[in-house]
Amino acid sequence: MDLILPDLGLLFWTGIVFCCLLFLLAKFAWKPILNAVNAREQKIAESLELAVKTQAEMKALKAENDQILKEARAERDNILKEAKDAANHMIEEAKTKSKVEAQKIVEAARLNINSEKAAAIAEIKTHVATLAIEIAEKVVRGELASDEKQKALAEKLAGDIQMN
Amino acid sequence: MQHFSKLSIFMRKVSILLFFIGISGFSFANKEKEFNVSEMIMHHIKDAHEWHLFGPEHGGTSIYLPVILMDNGLKTFSSKHLYHGESVEVAGKEQEISLHYVKGVGPAAGYALYHEEIYKLNAAGVLQFEGEHPHNPQPFDFSITKNVMSLLMGAFLILVVMFSVAKFYRKNGAVAPKGIAKFFEPIIVMVRDDIAKENINEHKYKKYVPYLLTIFFFIWFNNMLGLIPFLPGGANLTGNITVTLFLSVCTLLVTLFSGNKNYWGHIFWMPGIPVPMKIFMMPIEIIGIFTKPFALMIRLFANITAGHIIVLALIGLIFINKNVGWAGLSVPMALFISVLEILVAFLQGFLFAMLSALFIGAAVEEAHH
Repeated sequence: MDLILPDLGLLFWTGIVFCCLLFLLAKFAWKPILNAVNAREQKIAESLELAVKTQAEMKALKAENDQILKEARAERDNILKEAKDAANHMIEEAKTKSKVEAQKIVEAARLNINSEKAAAIAEIKTHVATLAIEIAEKVVRGELASDEKQKALAEKLAGDIQMN
Repeated sequence: MQHFSKLSIFMRKVSILLFFIGISGFSFANKEKEFNVSEMIMHHIKDAHEWHLFGPEHGGTSIYLPVILMDNGLKTFSSKHLYHGESVEVAGKEQEISLHYVKGVGPAAGYALYHEEIYKLNAAGVLQFEGEHPHNPQPFDFSITKNVMSLLMGAFLILVVMFSVAKFYRKNGAVAPKGIAKFFEPIIVMVRDDIAKENINEHKYKKYVPYLLTIFFFIWFNNMLGLIPFLPGGANLTGNITVTLFLSVCTLLVTLFSGNKNYWGHIFWMPGIPVPMKIFMMPIEIIGIFTKPFALMIRLFANITAGHIIVLALIGLIFINKNVGWAGLSVPMALFISVLEILVAFLQGFLFAMLSALFIGAAVEEAHH
């Protein structure tokens, strides 16, 4: 029967011990433990949130980078194209210019050649004339080497003049 | 390491040996007396003024605990003077029963111990029996009994464990737990989340978490200590009606002082039902306030006491049959029950805290209709 009857002494001690335990644990154990656990849970939650945010930011950044890269590539293509065009243009121009120049040189050369040719021909002519005179002189001298020949010539010339 | 494990195995062997010597001692010491299994079980699950270690029940090795009496002033002496006093045999009303009590000597003179209760001797210096119960007055007994000793050791153990857990966080801050904190943190978080938060309004539960944690660990640790058959444990503290009474009264008081207008409204004037029903419901609800903690008290008391009784009864089989061969059956069965009791120790702590949270949650609930 006394198994189910409360005992005053034990009730007294249980009360004291339990109240002390509640007070000590609440103040020196549960409070620091729960505070630390709460702080850590908050930290983890914040970190996760930050991670998600960072990921989104990274994504946005990557998209931006891609955009910039794309633009840069387009610009590079553009620049290359322009440069090629410019180069082509310059080559074309240089070609035309050089052609014109070459023509000019050729023209000048031709003119020079012509004038040189004319000069040469003139010289040759003079030379030929001189030679002809010299030959003629030599011939005349030969013709006039003897009296008979002189006479014959004179006659002949006379004859030519007469015939005229 | 190996040395340590060898030592611990040796210690365990010694303590098991001592445990069995203890049991065999008191049963075989009084060979002329028939082994009374219910007496043995009652002796083990009830409180005592000594902590019996080993050897026969009378004359074995015990720790004699201090006796503190309030009887015209404070009187303190060792229970040794009560246990080793003048033994008195009294013939009961029925002839086959002989009542046995011990008169105190020395500082305990004038008191007698009968069935672990202290009585004052009358003018003739004897106990006056009325049937099986003495008629003498009892002084207020505030002795450090076996249960009080166990209570103090349990409280000390909880403080040491929880302070070292708290120390870890104080030292390391809000980091992942290690060591002892790693073991206890999930249990603390379980009490906070699955017991408090689950049953009490989300904005109000924080106030009750320290109480629920204390009650859970108090019951769990003391249940576990009760399962150890030798010195640090062995007392049937959480299976003592006084302790469970105190704990359930605590829950009752917390519930009553937390009750809001909505709670009291539901008790005295249940909304949403006709007036005659309101009047009819009122006494039922008022009784309900007390049956809930009463159920808490009985549940914990009955579960833990039943566990102790089963283990003792199974070991008792050996002595009832007076054949050591029965140990082959009763020891494995007692082991099985003991393992089951480890689960029950946790479960009862969990249930007590859970139901306390449920009652508190009902008391602080806001009207929602």
